[in-house]
Amino acid sequence: MNLSTTLMTILSTTLVYAAPLIFTSLGGTFSERSGIVNVGLEGMMVVGAFSSSIFTLSFANALGDAAPWVSFLVGGAFGCLFSVLHAVATVSFRADHIISGTVLNMLAPALCVFLTRIFYDGKGQTPEISQGLGTVTVPGLSKIPFIGKVFFTQTSMVAWAAIVVAIVCWYVLYRTGFGLRLRSVGENPAAADTLGINVYRYRYLGVLISGFLGGLGGAVMAQSITLSFSISTISGQGFMALAAMIFGKWNPLGAMGAAVFFGLAQSLPIIGAYIPGLSGINSVWFQVAPYLITIIVLVLFLGKSVGPAADGENYIKSK
Amino acid sequence: MTETVVEMRHITKKFGEFKANDDISLSLHQGEILALLGENGAGKSTLMGMLSGLLETTSGEILINGREVKMKNPRDAKHYGIGMVHQHFMLIPAFTVLENIILGDEPIKGGVRIDYAGAEKKIQELSDRYQLDIDVHAKVRDITVGMQQRVEIMKALYREANIFIFDEPTAALTPQEIEQLMKIFRALADEGKSIIFITHKLKEIKEAADRCVVIRSGRVIDTVQIEGVSEERLAEMMVGRKLRNTVEKKVVDQKQVVLDVQQLNVEKNSRLMVKNLSLQVHTGEIVGVAGVDGNGQSELIDAITGMQKIKSGSVEIMGKHYENKPVRSITEAGVGYIPEDRQTVGLILPLSLAENLSLKNYYQKPANKSGVLNYQYINEHGRKLIKDFDIRSQSEQISVGSLSGGNQQKVVVAREIASDPNLLIAANPTRGVDVGAIEYIHEMINQERNSGKAILLVSFELDEILKLSDRIVVMHEGEIVGEIDPKETSSQELGLMMAGKKVQTKTQEAAN
Ligand SMILES: Nc1ncnc2c1ncn2[C@@H]1O[C@H](COP(=O)(O)OP(=O)(O)OP(=O)(O)O)[C@@H](O)[C@H]1O
Ligand SMILES: [Mg+2]
Repeated sequence: MNLSTTLMTILSTTLVYAAPLIFTSLGGTFSERSGIVNVGLEGMMVVGAFSSSIFTLSFANALGDAAPWVSFLVGGAFGCLFSVLHAVATVSFRADHIISGTVLNMLAPALCVFLTRIFYDGKGQTPEISQGLGTVTVPGLSKIPFIGKVFFTQTSMVAWAAIVVAIVCWYVLYRTGFGLRLRSVGENPAAADTLGINVYRYRYLGVLISGFLGGLGGAVMAQSITLSFSISTISGQGFMALAAMIFGKWNPLGAMGAAVFFGLAQSLPIIGAYIPGLSGINSVWFQVAPYLITIIVLVLFLGKSVGPAADGENYIKSK
Repeated sequence: MTETVVEMRHITKKFGEFKANDDISLSLHQGEILALLGENGAGKSTLMGMLSGLLETTSGEILINGREVKMKNPRDAKHYGIGMVHQHFMLIPAFTVLENIILGDEPIKGGVRIDYAGAEKKIQELSDRYQLDIDVHAKVRDITVGMQQRVEIMKALYREANIFIFDEPTAALTPQEIEQLMKIFRALADEGKSIIFITHKLKEIKEAADRCVVIRSGRVIDTVQIEGVSEERLAEMMVGRKLRNTVEKKVVDQKQVVLDVQQLNVEKNSRLMVKNLSLQVHTGEIVGVAGVDGNGQSELIDAITGMQKIKSGSVEIMGKHYENKPVRSITEAGVGYIPEDRQTVGLILPLSLAENLSLKNYYQKPANKSGVLNYQYINEHGRKLIKDFDIRSQSEQISVGSLSGGNQQKVVVAREIASDPNLLIAANPTRGVDVGAIEYIHEMINQERNSGKAILLVSFELDEILKLSDRIVVMHEGEIVGEIDPKETSSQELGLMMAGKKVQTKTQEAAN
């Protein structure tokens, strides 16, 4: 295999695995920037993966080519709906954020597998999705020598979309009034309050956006990697996304970069075989690597990177 | 007759069963500067909180320009042209000054994008007009307390308020900055804006205000025209008795060195903030450190108390070295510390009063019995200090965060003095404290001195330094530029030295 093919394979596999992490870590960024710790990303991904799988399996015929993209959005919508639980618990009832997030993580897989069994005659796994968010070869651009081959041949469309979304998220957080206010309630809610910013509203929005993006992440996972939904569809990706957010210093672009890195780690079992020198290693190591890397990164960076000052703190408005 | 812009009628505010404001009425005219005077916990901030939409009234009505209004949140207040500068900074340390100023009222360009350049221009114009020196690009966490205060003022100016409420804006300012602020007040009043101004400094009321409303325990005691009323009279109305303004200094043995700082260098954000500084404090002595804010005083104190790394030099306390030692080992060496910023350094706001009062002994007997907190003792200890130090609070169990600003300060002072330190470091110990309580805190500090303790006092309040100190050193740009005897100096001379004029002194001669 020549160099450009090897690179093309590594890049496209990395992107495929990175896409769900990018969406979800962006979701985490919104929530935590508004001051709500979100360990429930995993649960939100499960809901997104489940709902989008069911939707595409039910309506693929009716929707034709648009089916994967519509069900992708459906995943986001259900993730958003699911995150209402977290918002209500933490913002309105001032529950501990970690506990609420953990509840989400325990609730989501149980609920979704239960529903899967109801929908599919007791089977814990949905049938295979015939039409997922696959890879595309961009006409025209793929003709560019070398670059065309590496970046635009059999590449993951949704991953490029994720990168664009990351840039948009950065713009929203750092260039718009909405973003400034959202960040302010995560830094010093009392100060935001004196300026007439509705702390509760912005925190709700932060969590709901995070649910939407987490749902999208889950949907991508189901529709471009596992191509079905079962209990093992989402296996730690939510936590990797959380790690990516921390690694990326709660900044959308940083989170995206970190997510791509984790994507690379996750794609090791597949691409390991193509990388000269690595092909001899027992593939078990490649399977373990993403999780190991996540833990190492968290240990190294969690202490050092400073998140939003009021992240995880409930705000009680005195009347 | 000038127009009445604000009228508050029979305002009552209850927190639970406690009446913080009890049937208060006041009015504010156009172009007027109205002072609110009252002891700590009298209810001034609470009253203004209702006028700025942060708190809801229990009963009573508020009229703006003659029309009754319902103030549900700060947006409403802004809509009626009310801008409030809060007693405790309402700033976001991680944001830039610019972001802090525009937050909530961001100018938008092209539909979504914040027009930072436009905002900056507007702020620049305001800062030229009112001579408010601020660095809009700096992060708030990196700027001095004085500049933070200016940023708060700019926030109100930027919102084009017509009615300004200033809740103790001068508590953390240097005399120069206060003078500047008074100029701004007058400029605003001349433009026809109205100002309500809370302060504990009677001099400022005399200087700036037209009328003064005196409040005690949530009720209006009197409203007076400033012309023709003396500072003493104002103080008397407020605390209900006459005040003394000197302390009695006993002759004590001042031979033994307690704090010995030699050739100290301290760096912050890779800037050398304390340069080759040497300083000694003896038993029975109060050494006052005067200086304009930001000349290394905070870094000096942080280095001694272990809050900040020392670059080079030595710090000896009672003959033992304490450079870069853990804070606990320094406190255990008998160092009491009243920090400059009570809210972020001195107190843990959500914890109860009693818990805050035990922050220095919670791990020792009798507050701690084999790892378990002895709340019976902690609460009792708390009640005792509340009584001894006259902290105004309903109980020792309520959170410190709900105390009035001055009473929060008293909590810190109480804890530190009660720990019976050999060396007491006090940074602006009476910041935001009413005159009655200032007298009391001064007495306490002086008593510590009279009983042979060493005291290092840093203050922007020249009167405080002059009144308490046995010796005054002046800091400028991280160095001690002179040492003077408070009995032979005036605030003017001190002011000159603080501005950086070098004076040949004993310490420097000795060094040469
Ligand atoms: N949110 C709250 N809950 C309970 N009590 C409160 C609350 N806010 C203020 N208080 C109490 O109301 C009283 C008045 O407080 P306020 O802050 O208005 O005093 P102040 O006059 O501004 O004093 P200072 O000069 O010390 O700032 C105090 O006894 C305080 O403990
Ligand atoms: Mg107050």
